[in-house]
Amino acid sequence: MAKVLIVAEHDGKTLNPSTAKCVACAASIDGAEIDIVVLAAAVGDIAAQAAEIAGVSRVLTVERAENEYPISAILAPQIAALAGDHTHVFGPSTTFGKDLMPHVAALLGVNQVSDIMSVESSHSFKRPVYAGNAIVTVEVAEGSVVVATVRVASYQAAAGGNSAAVEAASADVALPTHTRFVGLESGASDRPDLQTATSVVSGGRALGSEEDFDLIYKLADALNAGVGASRAAVDAGYCPNDMQVGQTGKIIAPDLYIAIGISGAIQHMTGIKDAGTIVAINKDEEAPIFEVADIGLVADLFKVVPELTSALS
Amino acid sequence: MDRILVGLKRVIDYNVRVQVKSDGTGVETDGVKMSINPFDEIALEEALRIKERGEANEVIAVSIGTSEAQQQLRTGLAMGADRAILVTADGYLDPLSVSRIFLSLAEKENAGLVMLGKQAIDGDNSQIAQMLAALWGRPQATFASGVTLDGDTARVVREIDAGLETVEVDLPAVISVDLRLNEPRYVKLPDIMKAKKKPLDEVALADLGIEAGPEVKELSYAPPEARQRGVMVEDVAGLVAALKDKGLA
Ligand SMILES: Cc1cc2nc3c(=O)[nH]c(=O)nc-3n(C[C@H](O)[C@H](O)[C@H](O)COP(=O)(O)OP(=O)(O)OC[C@H]3O[C@@H](n4cnc5c(N)ncnc54)[C@H](O)[C@@H]3O)c2cc1C
Ligand SMILES: Nc1ncnc2c1ncn2[C@@H]1O[C@H](COP(=O)(O)O)[C@@H](O)[C@H]1O
Repeated sequence: MAKVLIVAEHDGKTLNPSTAKCVACAASIDGAEIDIVVLAAAVGDIAAQAAEIAGVSRVLTVERAENEYPISAILAPQIAALAGDHTHVFGPSTTFGKDLMPHVAALLGVNQVSDIMSVESSHSFKRPVYAGNAIVTVEVAEGSVVVATVRVASYQAAAGGNSAAVEAASADVALPTHTRFVGLESGASDRPDLQTATSVVSGGRALGSEEDFDLIYKLADALNAGVGASRAAVDAGYCPNDMQVGQTGKIIAPDLYIAIGISGAIQHMTGIKDAGTIVAINKDEEAPIFEVADIGLVADLFKVVPELTSALS
Repeated sequence: MDRILVGLKRVIDYNVRVQVKSDGTGVETDGVKMSINPFDEIALEEALRIKERGEANEVIAVSIGTSEAQQQLRTGLAMGADRAILVTADGYLDPLSVSRIFLSLAEKENAGLVMLGKQAIDGDNSQIAQMLAALWGRPQATFASGVTLDGDTARVVREIDAGLETVEVDLPAVISVDLRLNEPRYVKLPDIMKAKKKPLDEVALADLGIEAGPEVKELSYAPPEARQRGVMVEDVAGLVAALKDKGLA
């Protein structure tokens, strides 16, 4: 029978929604028993939140000062030691999980499956490759532990309402000191989080400047939406890096995605494949984004975006 | 630091619209343009800048694959790498085996830094740097958008979901690079000529004595579900009406 260990993602206080999405993925393995492991300097609140996720049997906690920051060289040996009799070890395919899970896999002497988008059987999975231009079905050898990241945009978070047992676990392993956290410069704002927002408004190179990117924020605020951007807009310095959507940015699945002044390069589109409704505003009717947009408007953004903002306010 | 190893993977050029073969065994590669993985060019550029600042003595470009990867290594030499190593292996190689190859080269060459791309744009795995760090027992700093060296340590700015994180790592270390780290230089014709004389050593995988990892088998390839072209609206009023129709406004 499958026994899945999920590594909780958190910021030291709050559990990241990616964890409940990993639970949803694990729950699609027939008869899976699901444990979550929380590694933190103070596990209390995070473990309590993890225990509420439906379908979770146990929450294992490892409270250590060294676990204050998510440094993979420190977390991975503890996770490998706790993997024990689990048949699967899952983490989210956020930058946290992408950094951590291959390290865990290598310590366990196995390969890792990146970005599970669907579970075919306990050892076989679908995942995207070539920027989402192909979907490959992969199979892990029977009897080998499955270490994987879960493509969070492919799953709805598992429900709450549970009260799983919380147990302190010990992972008595030597931890390296060769990697030290120095600081985090966060673009955090009061707007809905890009990765979980139900609506997202994104701006591209066409915005032309940091000042004019404000048009995007204003429309987003009218819709209570998260804000995204193309790589070109981030590279040009119109907005911070954590807003990039796409192959090398965030993969998101909002109900509504509004792309403004974005051409629709394949590397961008792979980040919004699972969006509900895609709206595109672009002055070039030949822009590739119109081939996939559910609603398209050929227009100059500087004219129509303020109009749209006031119509929706 | 003495040496920097840089991984240069030969992949389908990022401008190519990749097509799945009709028999589902993989993607079309016949007559398709191949290039250095874009992230790897950035890794090489950064290694060259470190050397040009006098902080390293030698930059070695490494590729693992068929002998055709010589092309990408020659480009790397033309960009400024001092020498190249091609580990020849036919067919699919699992990430753990690739990481073991990098480990064996890093030890043999006594590397102070191994610089890799954050992901290869074919398999989109994003695993090699992390696995190598685990096997080597050395630090990893992934998704780098800033690298500064200071004696035996490196300060790396990492692009993560929450923003920009800075870590300090002791050398030797593994760094995987993100797109905004730098803009790779263009290769000039005289450099291409010069590169022909630089050493490019070939080693057969079998001669490295590396045990293959337990494989993750690729069963079949399929094209993704395609999205359909939707409706075009004339103006903002039309757009708002269409959104209301879908219950989105
Ligand atoms: C390895 C790799 C990874 C990448 N990863 C990503 C990624 O994760 N995310 C990403 O976004 N990109 C990524 N890219 C870059 C991608 O290929 C494109 O270059 C990028 O998405 C283009 O951004 P853009 O659409 O804003 O700019 P452009 O392609 O320049 O498009 C601008 C659009 O704005 C329109 N426009 C101009 N003026 C106006 C106006 N006044 N009103 C309305 N419309 C106007 C134009 O018609 C045009 O369609 C990656 C590239 C590589 C090589
Ligand atoms: N066959 C290869 N040859 C050279 N470098 C490689 C190879 N495979 C992976 N790499 C390096 O490892 C990085 C990450 O690859 P991956 O983990 O496969 O996405 C790439 O950007 C390369 O720098």
